[in-house]
Amino acid sequence: MTMANAMRTDLNIADADAFYEALIRCHEGLSDDDSNLLNARLVLLLANQVGDMAVLEQCLAAAREGLD
Amino acid sequence: MPAYAYPHYDAVRPPELDGETVLHDVAIVGGGPVGLSLALDLAQRGVRTVVLQSSNTLSEGSRALCWSKRTLEILDRFGVAQPIAARGFTWSTGRVFAGDREVYHFDLQPERDQPFPAFVNLQQYFAEEYLVDAVRGANELIELRWQNKATGIEQDDEAVTLKVETPHGFYQLQSRYVVACDGAKSTIRRAMGLGFEGRVFEDNFLIADVDVAGDVGAKDRRFWFNPSFDPSETALCHGQGDGMWRVDFQLGWDVDVEAEMQPEKALPRIKALLGRDDVEATWISIYTFQCRRIERFRDDRVLFAGDAAHQVSPFGARGGNSGIQDADNLAWKLALVLDGRAPDALLDSYHDERAHAADENIRITSRTVDFMTAKTPLRARMRQAVLGLAEKHAFARALINSGRLSTPTVHDRSPLNSDHGIAGPAAIGGPCPNRQLADGSYLLDYLGRGLRFEGLYVADGAPSSTQLSAFKALQAADVPLDTIVVGVEDAEGLRTLPDPDGRIAATLGAGPGQYILLRPDQHVAAVLPRLDLAQLHSALDRAMAKPASPVLAQAGE
Repeated sequence: MTMANAMRTDLNIADADAFYEALIRCHEGLSDDDSNLLNARLVLLLANQVGDMAVLEQCLAAAREGLD
Repeated sequence: MPAYAYPHYDAVRPPELDGETVLHDVAIVGGGPVGLSLALDLAQRGVRTVVLQSSNTLSEGSRALCWSKRTLEILDRFGVAQPIAARGFTWSTGRVFAGDREVYHFDLQPERDQPFPAFVNLQQYFAEEYLVDAVRGANELIELRWQNKATGIEQDDEAVTLKVETPHGFYQLQSRYVVACDGAKSTIRRAMGLGFEGRVFEDNFLIADVDVAGDVGAKDRRFWFNPSFDPSETALCHGQGDGMWRVDFQLGWDVDVEAEMQPEKALPRIKALLGRDDVEATWISIYTFQCRRIERFRDDRVLFAGDAAHQVSPFGARGGNSGIQDADNLAWKLALVLDGRAPDALLDSYHDERAHAADENIRITSRTVDFMTAKTPLRARMRQAVLGLAEKHAFARALINSGRLSTPTVHDRSPLNSDHGIAGPAAIGGPCPNRQLADGSYLLDYLGRGLRFEGLYVADGAPSSTQLSAFKALQAADVPLDTIVVGVEDAEGLRTLPDPDGRIAATLGAGPGQYILLRPDQHVAAVLPRLDLAQLHSALDRAMAKPASPVLAQAGE
């Protein structure tokens, strides 16, 4: 029996502050609508890096948690 | 606790006012922590200084407050770290809240067996008081002129002339070098018309020193995003010396600054933060900040240090600490260049190394501000997402940024470094790591006190007679290199550090036969994987910005 892969929750980015800065900078100068669109596109690109549907399902659930 | 009684220092009547002509070696403009530690550092290396201090007392309020481990190691060379540590408040845990909910905490506990903790919080005026005490004990090498305000500056090939205002009248002061340690509003920098470019952050911060009656309870660093007890965007609370607190509130941009500073407005929010009524504020102020630096830290005979050269956001305690580290970097270089033992180019390396440090501090603190101040809907939403995920998911905790606390810059791109490809705890360009030794003393107690380089040679058996005579020749050189043989009891009159349990070698990450070349400021200039005298000579020349001299290197063997 194979276990489904688990979503990572430990830090997997070498320089987290540098990533956050790059993310914020990527949005600079955009309208709110375009900022939302950028985030949506980013979600799709990153999801395609992950690939594994089991992991993606867990990410979707974790992102949704607490918003209802 | 009664409020601090600020001392008053009488104006000094300098000899120049009575027509004497004096050419000083080094004039330091500004008698705050940076200027005073520079004067003490230079005195320890045998250089006489005059310090011009415009005020007649110490700085008002706790201001710099957080003294880092590396800063304490530097101040310890002048006997100032122990009194700071004894009176200050020591902390290592930072707790971060979103509203009322603790989402994250960090522990700054540094390496083991250290004389100083990660941070000691002590009001700046106490630190200055101890520095002034040390200046008085500095064998009259430091002339501290209270109420002497530098108002103008000119320089030529030979010297710098300062125009100085005193209660007794104006005079002109001549010095071979001037170091401007006169703060963010530096008179010297402005008088020379030098730019100070960077980012302005549109936010007002209310800051207060608070006295409470009785026990103050737990005093970890506490930081709130959107605190439930206050309308401000963030709040910060720190312990400090004499049982006092320091609090900061992020008020935003469009506020009535004068009104917010009034005790009737400020005190209720301070009481709400501390959750008690028996509080008294001894200092309330409002500050804004910028992240910026001067383009060149050196303009020929004038050098800039501390806030006069760079300004950062205060979250991370990187202002005062990096300023004292500027002074530490500059003192030995000035001392060697002044008496002609090192080329002028050594002073250029001060810019290279400390501009690199300033850029690092500006980059790191700007990121903190970008996280703290959610200026756009996107930034607010991203921060909300991080804080929301943080409670459950560890990775998000690492993204919470309430200040990345000061660590010494590793000058890894310095032109003074010789890279021989060894990376370990003793990083090339970084300060030598410290460690308590078997007899209770500390490794750094033995290093960086005079005007000489030092080498830690991890013995590989007894040193050979060729090695010993080479070490002795280097010890007697124009700029001495004093080799300390690690791991032996005796080495024919050379300094030794026995290392029975191998802890010194482990701390340095050095194996038998390795040689670690240290500058007078305890920073690592080179790590030689095995002792090679020609390599050692060239690393030493390079660390003094001397041109390579292969012929001399041969002669040394």
